[in-house]
Amino acid sequence: MGKKITIEPVTRVEGHGKVTININDKGEVEQSRLHIVEFRGFERFVQGRPYWEAPVLVQRLCGICPVSHHLASAKAIDVIVGAGTGTGLTPAGEKMRRLMHYGQIFQSHSLHFFHLAAPDLLFGYDSDPALRNVIGIAMANKELAVQAVLMRKFGQEIIKATAGKKIHGTGAIPGGINKNLSVAERDSFLKAADPNNADYMVKWAQGALDFFKGYYKKNKDFIDNFSYFPSNHMSLVRKDGALDLYHGVLRAVDADGRKVLHDVDYQDYLKYIREEVKSWSYMKFPYMMSMGKEKGWYRVGPLARLNTADFIPSPIAQKEFEEYKSLTGKVNNRCMHTHWARLIETIHAAEMIRDLLNDSDLQSDNLVTSGTRQARGVGVIEAPRGTLFHEYSVNNNDQITECNMIVSTTNNNEPMNRAVNFVAKAMMNGKKEITEGMMNAVEVAIRAYDPCLSCATHAYGQMPLEITLIDPNGMILDKKAK
Amino acid sequence: MAKKIIATASLSGCFGCHMSFLDIDAKILDLIELVEFNKSPIDDIKKFTKQCDIGLIEGGCCNDENVHNLLDFRKNCKVLVSVGECAIMGGLPALRNMVPLQECLEEAYLNGPTVRDCNENKIIPNDPELPKILNKVYPCHEIVKIDYFLPGCPPTAELIWNALVTLATGAELKLPYESVRFD
Ligand code: SF4
Repeated sequence: MGKKITIEPVTRVEGHGKVTININDKGEVEQSRLHIVEFRGFERFVQGRPYWEAPVLVQRLCGICPVSHHLASAKAIDVIVGAGTGTGLTPAGEKMRRLMHYGQIFQSHSLHFFHLAAPDLLFGYDSDPALRNVIGIAMANKELAVQAVLMRKFGQEIIKATAGKKIHGTGAIPGGINKNLSVAERDSFLKAADPNNADYMVKWAQGALDFFKGYYKKNKDFIDNFSYFPSNHMSLVRKDGALDLYHGVLRAVDADGRKVLHDVDYQDYLKYIREEVKSWSYMKFPYMMSMGKEKGWYRVGPLARLNTADFIPSPIAQKEFEEYKSLTGKVNNRCMHTHWARLIETIHAAEMIRDLLNDSDLQSDNLVTSGTRQARGVGVIEAPRGTLFHEYSVNNNDQITECNMIVSTTNNNEPMNRAVNFVAKAMMNGKKEITEGMMNAVEVAIRAYDPCLSCATHAYGQMPLEITLIDPNGMILDKKAK
Repeated sequence: MAKKIIATASLSGCFGCHMSFLDIDAKILDLIELVEFNKSPIDDIKKFTKQCDIGLIEGGCCNDENVHNLLDFRKNCKVLVSVGECAIMGGLPALRNMVPLQECLEEAYLNGPTVRDCNENKIIPNDPELPKILNKVYPCHEIVKIDYFLPGCPPTAELIWNALVTLATGAELKLPYESVRFD
C-alpha cells in the first residue's frame, strides 16, 4: 500500500511552498518534491513602467531581503543610464550601497542563524516543537536571545541610515545614491556605548561562530553527514578571487573544485545560464548550459561562496576561513556546513561595516553619475541567500520592455529538492510510522538554504506542518498536524 | 485582565509587514506578556485552536488558498486588521490586474530570455498540487469585512506596536499624520 505525505506550508520563496513525498508498497520513498505554490507575473506587469521605478518596485517581491532586489535592479539600471557595469559609480555612490548591502547581509544572517538554525541545534531536530523556537531560546539562554535581537537591529539601523527606511527604502537611484552618511549617523554606529556599535558586532559575530564550533565538536557526525551530496557551486567573486558580495565576475566550480565557469562578465549571463520549467512548481530550475539540464544545476549562497572564493579580504574572517578550509577540504559539499560558512560571512560583514563607517568618502556630496544611455542592462549581486540576477531592456520612452530575474532561492531550487529527497530517504525508508521529528528533519535540510519564507516563518518559531497519508486510490488513511 | 489572543497571516504579501513587526526589537519580550499567540507563523499552531480576539492580515488574495485562509481568519477572529498596502489595496502584486493572467504566465515560462529557447514542451506549471491563481489580485475587504486598516508599505514597527497595544488594552489609538502613507 503506497502513501503520500504532504508537508505544508514549508517555506516562502516569493510564495509558499509545500513538500509531497510518495511512498511505495515496499515502504520506500519513490518521489519527493518541493512545490513552490505562488506566482506573481512580475516579468510581464513591469513592462511599460519607467525604468527608474524598478529599484523601488521589485524589492516588494520580498520583504525578507528587499535591499538585495533594490541593489540588483539599481545595478542593472546603472548600466542603462551609462554609469558603467559595476565600477563606474562615484566613491560615495558605491560605498553607500556597499554599506547598505553589508548591513543587509549582517541582519539577515543573524536572523537566520539565531532564529532559524539555533533552535534545531540547541534542542535537536526531534525535540519538543513547543520549545524549538526563539522563545525556547529566550528561556534557555536569555543572553543569546537578546544578542539575536540586537544584532538584527544593528543591521536594520545601517539599512535605515543608507536607504531611508528599514524595509523597502529608496537609497539607490539610477547611477548612484540619494544621500550620504552624516557625521551624526556615522558616530551613532561607531561611538555608541551600548551594543549598537560596530566593534561590538564584530565580537558578537565571533561569539556566534564559537557557539557553532562548540556545537560542531560534539555533533560532528550530524553536521558532516546530514544531507550531504555533491554539486556545482556558483557565485560572484572579485576579479582577484576575493569574496565580494556587492560586485564581481561569475565563477562556478564543480564538486571537485574544477572551474566550470571561468570568471565571466555577468552582462553575458545569457550565454551561460538557462532555466527549466517543470509542471509541478512555479519556481524554475536554473542550470549551466555547458553541462546541460541534468548535470548543470548548482548551489548558491554561503556554502557556494566559500567554495568559489580564494580568500576573504578582512582579517578576522580570513583567519576563520583558513581554519574552515583546513578542516573541510578544498570543496565543501556538506549541506549543514552552510551554517558555518554563513557565520564566517557574518563576521566579514561586521568587519566591512566597521571599515566602511571609518571611510570619509561616505560624507562626500558627489553621489550620482551618468553617461551614454544603453538599451539593456544586467545587475547581479550576492544576496544573503546567494546570486541574484536582474535584467532589463528599455525603449526610447524610458519604458521597460523586458525584464528577467533569477532570484537566489530559485538558483537553489534543484539542491533543495535533492536535499528533501536525501533526507526523506534516510529518515523514512522502511519506517512504519512517520514522526514529527522525521518531518522536521526534512525542513532542517531545506532550512540550511534559508529560503525566504522559512526565515520569516521561523522568525519566532516553527513552520506549521500537516501530513496526510493517502493510499494509491487516493483514500486518506491518516492525517496529522503538529 | 485576560490576555488578548492574536493570530497573524501572510497571504499574497512579501512578508515585509511581518518583518516590520519584528522591528519592534526587544519589545517582543514585552509583547509575550501582553498577548497570547494562536495561529501564526510566530508559533507552532497551524490551525485555530480557539476563538481569537485580533487577526492581523498581511497581503491581498492572489490564489484560492489565500481566499480560503482569509475566510478562516474572519470566522475565527473577532477583529480583523488589514496590515499594509497589499492587504488594503492589493499592493504591488495587483499591478498584474492590468494584464491578462495568461500573458503573465507566458512571459514567465515561455517567452523570458532564459526559457524561450529551451522550454521545448511549452510547459506552464499546472500540477494539481498547485493552488488556482485568481484572475485578479483582490484586497482583503473585497472578500470579507475588515474592521481596521494600518497604512504603510510596510507600516512602521511603531505603528504596528501602538495598534496592538491599543487593541489589546482598549486605549485610544493616536495615528500621527505622517504615519498615514502608502510607502
Ligand atoms: S504592504 Fe509592502 S511590506 Fe507589506 S506585504 Fe505588501 S509589499 Fe510587503
